Formats: sequence, C-alpha cells, structure tokens
Amino acid sequence: MKLTIARAKEWMLTFNQRIQEEKDHLTELDQAIGDGDHGLNMARGFQEVVKKIEPTNYDTLDALFKDVAMTLISKVGGASGPLYGTAFLRLSTALKAESEANREKFVEGLKAALDGIKARGKAHRGDKTMVDVWEPVVDYVQSQSTIHLSQLNELAKEKMEETKDLEAKMGRASYLGKRSIGTIDPGAASSYLLFASLADCFQKGEMD
Amino acid sequence: MKKLINDPNAVVQEMIEGMIAAHPDKLKTIPGTTVLVRKDAPVQGKVGLVSGGGSGHEPAHAGYVGKGMLDAAVAGEVFTSPTPDQVFEAIKAVDGGKGVLLIIKNYTGDVLNFEMAAEMAEAEGIKVAKVIVNDDVAVEDSTYTTGRRGIAGTILVHKIAGAMADTGASLEEVEAVAKKVISNVRTMGMALTPCTVPAAGKPGFEHGEKEMEIGMGIHGEPGIEKTEIQPANQVAETLVNKILEDMPLVEKDRVAIMINGLGGTPIMELYIVNKKVAEMMKEKGIDVHETFVGNYMTSLEMAGCSVTLLKLDDQLAELLDAPSDAIAFKKS
Ligand SMILES: Nc1ncnc2c1ncn2[C@@H]1O[C@H](COP(=O)(O)OP(=O)(O)OP(=O)(O)O)[C@@H](O)[C@H]1O
Ligand SMILES: [Mg+2]
Repeated sequence: MKLTIARAKEWMLTFNQRIQEEKDHLTELDQAIGDGDHGLNMARGFQEVVKKIEPTNYDTLDALFKDVAMTLISKVGGASGPLYGTAFLRLSTALKAESEANREKFVEGLKAALDGIKARGKAHRGDKTMVDVWEPVVDYVQSQSTIHLSQLNELAKEKMEETKDLEAKMGRASYLGKRSIGTIDPGAASSYLLFASLADCFQKGEMD
Repeated sequence: MKKLINDPNAVVQEMIEGMIAAHPDKLKTIPGTTVLVRKDAPVQGKVGLVSGGGSGHEPAHAGYVGKGMLDAAVAGEVFTSPTPDQVFEAIKAVDGGKGVLLIIKNYTGDVLNFEMAAEMAEAEGIKVAKVIVNDDVAVEDSTYTTGRRGIAGTILVHKIAGAMADTGASLEEVEAVAKKVISNVRTMGMALTPCTVPAAGKPGFEHGEKEMEIGMGIHGEPGIEKTEIQPANQVAETLVNKILEDMPLVEKDRVAIMINGLGGTPIMELYIVNKKVAEMMKEKGIDVHETFVGNYMTSLEMAGCSVTLLKLDDQLAELLDAPSDAIAFKKS
C-alpha cells in the first residue's frame, strides 16, 4: 500500500468527484442540524483544490498536500475549512520531502492529521463530529497488519452512520442538544467520502 | 427562489462593490478580498477593531465600520465564516501600532478561522486580542460544548469597544470593556418564516402557515420550541422572560434595549414588540437608557425578531452614548 504522487492526486480528484455528487446530500444533512452550508463549503473548496493540483507537477507528497491544505484554508471558511486544512497541513508535514510513502509513513501521516483536527477543534470522539469517523479509521489502519480496503470503507461508513444516534457537543449542531439525535453529522459524512475515495484509489492500483 | 440578484455565487462580491460605490468617502476595500475597511485606516495610536462573519446578516458587519465603531469587517460567503487569510488582511490593514481586537461571534467556524488569523498576525509581530460574543440565551451555556451563539448583542460590543478605542485606551483596556459588555448582554429571538441562502436555492427549513419558532438562530438553526403563532405581546413577553431568567434585573437597573428585525419583518411590527417590552421594563421599575429599533443583525429575508437587553453601568452608558460615524449606527 504505497502512496505515490499520482495516487495521492487521484485520491483528491476522486474525493472531489464524490463531494460534487453528494453536495446536495451533505447540504441536506447540514440543513437538518446545522446551517446548510457543508456541501457548498466542501464543493467550493475541493473544486479549487483540483484546479490547483491537477495541472501542477509535484516532486514530493508534502508539496501536494500543502497545496491542498492552503487551498482549503483560504477557500472554504466555515468550521470545515480550518479543520480539513489543518488535517492536510499535518499530513504534509509528516510526509516532508517524500516522493512516495510506504504504508507505515502514510499511516503516521493520517494519525498526525487526526491529531491536528483534534487540536484545532477540541472535539473528542462521541461529540458527533468528523472525529467520529477519523479516529476509528486511524485506529484501524494503525492496528491492522493487513489493511483490507473494503473493511476500511465499511468501517468508515458504519462510523458515519453511528453519528446518527449521537448528541452533538461541538459545532453548530450542539445548539440543538438532544434534537441533534437522528441525523448523520455532515462532517462525518464528508469524512466517510474521503476514506471511501482513498479505498477506491488503492483498489484500482496494486497493493503491497 | 425569488431574489433580486445577478448570480447566486457573486452576491458577496457585488454587495461589497455596491457598498463602496455608495460610501466612497467612508469605506475602502482591500483588492482581492472581501474586507471593508475605514477609509482612513490604519488610525495611528488607536487600537484597531476587526469583526466579521458570514454574509447575509447585513448591515452586520460592514455597516458598523466607521469612526467610533469597527475599523474593518470581513465578509464570508453567505452564512459561512470568512477564511483566515482574509481576516489576516483586515488585521494588517487596521493595525495602527496599538494592537488589534477581534470581535468574534461564537460559532465554531468563526472562532477557528479568526484564531488561525490571529496566529498568522502574531507571527508577524502584530499584537492581537480576541473576544467571543455569546449572547443568545436560547442555547444552554456550557463550557464542555460549543456553547451559546453570538447574535444581535454583538453590535453593542462593537459600539462600546469602538468608543473605548477612540479614547486612546490600550488593547487590554478595550478588550476588558468588550468583555464587560459580553457578560452583561443577552438576546433572545424568534422567527416566523425561513430564509433561502442564494447558492442553496431553497429555504433552510419550513414552517407551517400558522407556526412560529422561539429561539431560532440567525442562520435558520432550529430554535427551542415550535408553536402556534402568537400575538406580539405574548412573543415579547416570552423573549424578555427568557432573558430575565438568565440575567435577573432588579428595580433601578439601567438597560439599553435592541429590538432587532431579521430582515423580513416590517419596522411597524418591531415597534409593536417594543411597546410591550417597554411596558414590561416600566412595570419592573427598570430604567431604559436607550432603545434601538431596526434591522441590525438580519438573516437574509427571514421574518422575525430578537430582543437584546444590555445592563449598563456608568462606564458602559457613557461609551454607548459616544458618537459613531458607522453607516448603520450613526450617533452624534
Ligand atoms: N470542534 C469541532 N471539531 C471537529 N469537527 C467539527 C467541530 N465543529 C464542527 N465540526 C465538523 O464540521 C462540520 C460542519 O462544517 P461546516 O462546513 O458546515 O461548517 P459550519 O459549522 O457551518 O461553519 P460556519 O459556522 O462558519 O458556518 C460538522 O458536521 C462537524 O463534523
Ligand atoms: Mg454548516
């Protein structure tokens, strides 16, 4: 499971495609328990990410992910801009000067990204945020000797769905208290798409 | 969707251009940003005040830029907080050597983006302080969660902190008075009809013909209770009582009142609400120092209102009375 520059790019492109397809769905989730802009925020941000990275030739992974991060930080706004932006910035730092990352390195990078989200947003698992997808996914890739992409996809999906039963403690949905129960967290839904896209990209290539 | 716009994706930019065209002697923008700045910024020897947030709440915040209030306002996309690079540009534009105070409404997005901007400014050696406004009593106050939202009370923070900065006070002093306002201001709102974010194209929620919602947020976040529509007197009573539960007032206390329209409610109705609010204050022996009635912190075309009470002491009253040249809050 090697992360090359080509595959990293494909990951971002696939994620953008999924975000554009699911934009209305994400917005509907955010209308139910937030302010209805999550789909728009993500769609706007990743469209810009693709515009930036698609025509650019990168020598290292950190340069690519830094562009992703800076684009998100400067184009998204909302809570998700700084949170996803910080995540990709930490991933970039963890992959400094690497033109490809082996599995161990990549997993380290994902852990650093999760830590970034938690440091910036101060949310814990169970608060009904994107952390509820990120943390179990990172735990999974850290603990398995073989990563099964279909399992990774299933896990991310299941954790996203589990946010439905949680009461929001962080973000806009927290204003609703108990009434936030019953809707999937929009940020958890977009994070699921991020990991589903990752699983997709690796499935297309060879694994080692 | 029925709106007087050209392109749903260009509303913020076009609004800013329109504001500059209307007030070229007072406002300027920083090219390539959605920041509106006082024409004479940076004012040397004065603490700079920056606020901002999602658009759709006009005249907040650009309408409060001017001598005696804000030095710059940063406009995000509709209902979405602005990005750190934009806030950073605003900070740089208003720093007159005495530091910059950021007035932030308590939403995760605003807090995170303004925090990142503050880090960027500090890295460049600009002194920055932040205050977070959380006046909305519809939300439970809690240190373990995101906590209360910032709504119309924010404008009174702009006014009083702005007047303090005008006296030549230090960053710490301006921050302290802003915090004093925040701990003494409470707001409670209600909505009759929803609003439509231009880029979303459909309303954020639906209300039945005979329904209203108490405690609704200024982005259409659901409130605390959906009820049958009630007469203005009863609504006013509910709003004021909810505030008083949280911030008890006693006889002889002095307050400023803001009756704020959400964008789709006629001023006539706001005055009808104020009639009842004023009666309640009188009954309780509370001294009303000043009342503001109008659209100060809107939510696009949402119909509804909020009531804000600010408990005043001599210092706050004096600063509230100080002159302001902001387009949407002129005071002489
Ligand atoms: N403190 C936090 N930590 C981690 N994730 C968070 C936090 N607060 C919110 N989120 C995530 O962000 C998502 C909402 O993102 P969105 O883009 O809609 O921003 P927003 O909260 O609407 O921002 P804004 O307040 O500026 O409109 C939530 O669904 C949640 O997953
Ligand atoms: Mg949102």
